[in-house]
Amino acid sequence: MTTASSADHPTRRDFLYVATGAVAAVGAAATVWPLVSQMNPDASTVAAGAPIEVDLTPIAEGQDIKVFWRGKPIYISHRTKKQIEEARKVPVSSLPDPQSDEQRVKPGHDQWLVVVGICTHLGCIPISHEGAYDGFFCPCHGSVYDTSGRIRQGPAPTNLVVPPYSFVSDTKIQIG
Amino acid sequence: MSGPSDFQPTNPALKWIERRLPIMGLMHSSFVAYPTPRNLNYWWTFGAILSFMLGVQILTGVILAMHYTPHADMAFKSVELIVRDVNYGWLLRNIHASGASMFFFAVYIHMFRGLYYGSYKEPREVLWILGVIIYLLMMATGFMGYVLPWGQMSFWGATVITNLFSAVPYFGETIVTWLWGGYAVGNPTLNRFFSLHYLLPFVIAGVVVLHVWALHVAGQNNPAGVEPKSEKDTVPFTPYATIKDLFGVSCFLLFYAWFIFYMPNYLGDPENYIPANPAVTPAHIVPEWYYLPFYAILRSIPDKLAGVVAMFGAIIVLAFLPWLDSAKTRSSKYRPLAKQFFWVFVAVCIGLGYLGAQPPEGIYVIVGRILTVLYFAYFLILLPLLSRIEKPRPVPNSIADDVLAKTGGKPAPMVSTVIALMVAGGLLLGGADSARAAEGSTKPPAQKWSFSGPFGKFDRGAMQRGLKVYKEVCASCHGLSFVAFRNLAEAGGPGYSVAQAAAFASEYKVKDGPNDQGEMFERPGRPADYFPSPFPNEQAARAANGGAFPPDLSLITKARSYSRGFPMFLIDFFTQYQEQGPDYLVALLQGYEDKPPAGFNLPQGSYYNTYFPGHAIKMPKPLSDGQVTYDDGSPTTVAQYAKDVTTFLMWAAEPHMETRKQLGLQVFAFLILLTVLLYFTKKKVWANAH
Repeated sequence: MTTASSADHPTRRDFLYVATGAVAAVGAAATVWPLVSQMNPDASTVAAGAPIEVDLTPIAEGQDIKVFWRGKPIYISHRTKKQIEEARKVPVSSLPDPQSDEQRVKPGHDQWLVVVGICTHLGCIPISHEGAYDGFFCPCHGSVYDTSGRIRQGPAPTNLVVPPYSFVSDTKIQIG
Repeated sequence: MSGPSDFQPTNPALKWIERRLPIMGLMHSSFVAYPTPRNLNYWWTFGAILSFMLGVQILTGVILAMHYTPHADMAFKSVELIVRDVNYGWLLRNIHASGASMFFFAVYIHMFRGLYYGSYKEPREVLWILGVIIYLLMMATGFMGYVLPWGQMSFWGATVITNLFSAVPYFGETIVTWLWGGYAVGNPTLNRFFSLHYLLPFVIAGVVVLHVWALHVAGQNNPAGVEPKSEKDTVPFTPYATIKDLFGVSCFLLFYAWFIFYMPNYLGDPENYIPANPAVTPAHIVPEWYYLPFYAILRSIPDKLAGVVAMFGAIIVLAFLPWLDSAKTRSSKYRPLAKQFFWVFVAVCIGLGYLGAQPPEGIYVIVGRILTVLYFAYFLILLPLLSRIEKPRPVPNSIADDVLAKTGGKPAPMVSTVIALMVAGGLLLGGADSARAAEGSTKPPAQKWSFSGPFGKFDRGAMQRGLKVYKEVCASCHGLSFVAFRNLAEAGGPGYSVAQAAAFASEYKVKDGPNDQGEMFERPGRPADYFPSPFPNEQAARAANGGAFPPDLSLITKARSYSRGFPMFLIDFFTQYQEQGPDYLVALLQGYEDKPPAGFNLPQGSYYNTYFPGHAIKMPKPLSDGQVTYDDGSPTTVAQYAKDVTTFLMWAAEPHMETRKQLGLQVFAFLILLTVLLYFTKKKVWANAH
């Protein structure tokens, strides 16, 4: 390709090849983008992931409910005094993922624990009111969480995630 | 694929692999060193174009299957969701849907090229037969793919085509029931068609490998039709054929992109924007344009079984071509009679295609029969006869001689055939267009639309007013079920803010549930909700509207059309006129007459409309002057209302139209640049060969 006659006009000839190759490469790269982007959540899925409101009045002390937001189960626990005390008694520094109970609830709403009910190990759903710490127990690989949803034992690396939420009123929260 | 290669990689790792699996040698001997006749013209680039199209169809098809739901109740909606909500979903769907047409367009050129230059003759018989098998597989794949959107044409096309098998003596009904998986075309049919539509392209790819293998054993035919004799007759595949094919593909992409970005519905049928309805057959069942010639053959024979046999025979006869035409001279260039009859045959095929789109009545049937006879006569009488009586002109001694003789010649025949083909193709499409002609209706006058043409944009004011008209007038009977409130705030839409769209949504009551007590309840609408339909189901809608079903308006501007007639449909391809639907809608809304013309018998409970097919419409005159108040000072007339609501509904039918046209502009700028560069690169590369 780049022999004999290319010696006559080396620059012009090479420039043409490089330019054509470069333009084709840009086109190929631009074509790949829609093919990749289409796998992201579509507009209806994104819209359906809008914030939701949850009424807390039906949840008695010591009970919890599971609601779904963005396809994820959210545990809302109405904790007893005992459960709150248990959570606050533990020295934070002794925890695998140090975080105080106060950091995990909203001020003035200590009795309400709102966590994403997905084990931080590999995504199974922990069972509430199970395990040695009266919190959550994941049946898949034995991770145990306390009454604040913090990891205490087992392979999970971090505490149960607290989703973005806020109190609209004393008895109503908005998740998302 | 052409014997052992002397290719040896220098990299030690590649060397290690090559000794164990000589794949690089195979690629090198097949696509680099492979000797290709130096006199090939651009008709030979269609092999590469077809390989490219197969790749495009498989890639976009696999992606579309990620978002599509093969269920009778959800298929139509899932296709709309792809187009409306999936990132670039509209683009992928247009590529795939237009791609099917482009694939067939290219394969027809490829086949006619083979026919003209005698590429089926010894020693390429198996190569040719493999091609016929690929073509049959393509037809099956294309047909099943057309069923998947589950619109009216999908459903009735599936019904008609599967019923072809009911012509089989004794077992016909059993076979058809077996094909359907039920007593009629239904969900099981859709499911299996989806499965097979996914499978067959890979079968095609497999046969394509055999096709290419056979090609590389026999070597390519060429316009002179003489086999290469010496080194001087050939050039290596890479870079010579590679760059020429790339340039060909690039030119083809320009043509293809015109459909994808500017005329996505030009080749489709508006009926297919109406969801499948097993109770109503469309007035004209027309297959996609690429099946029309065979459809014409089917219809021109008055006997059911004979018609089906003739239709399949018209394709099968191609497989016997190597033995029907026994002339020693390959290329029609040197066969004066065969050359002329070839063009007559092309005209017969196009004529059949035109007739396939016409209503099967009167003169069309007679001409159809004549052309059917001519089609078969070409293969069964003319070619065998010609190969015995025709005296061919002398062929060149070698390919090199042919090239030398041609130097200084003009490329005019190529240009004129391209033009002839385009006109012919246009005729075919026009045939499909005129079949949609609704009898007994007046053509609506063409309007000026801000959204027409390559730079078209929606008029935001008109859309906002149109939304008001829809909400206050149309919505009492017509749904808008594919449009969500959130869409009102999206780019390219009516231009509302997110907060405005949310406020608009909250004015609606939406059914939700069940709640913890297991009961359904009503709540204010949210942006993610869709416009609620005025009636809970079709029966309720009919009961409230004197038996008529007010159609959902989400796709109405695409689901309605009218025939443009010859030569307008040809001009439309270049001017990008796509507004038949909106023009019809505006005309319909203003087309009411208080008194039907004398002699017209208006049925009870109907109203006279100049533009409605058949004139008797069940919808009473919906708009009157001053009915809806406008805040922006626009005239509150029926004409203004009609135009505004149609603009709004055009957006509702295609919310990404502005994006489509804008991206089209960028793609065209890019493709033109690439094509020009490839042209000069090709010239440079080939300069060495001359």
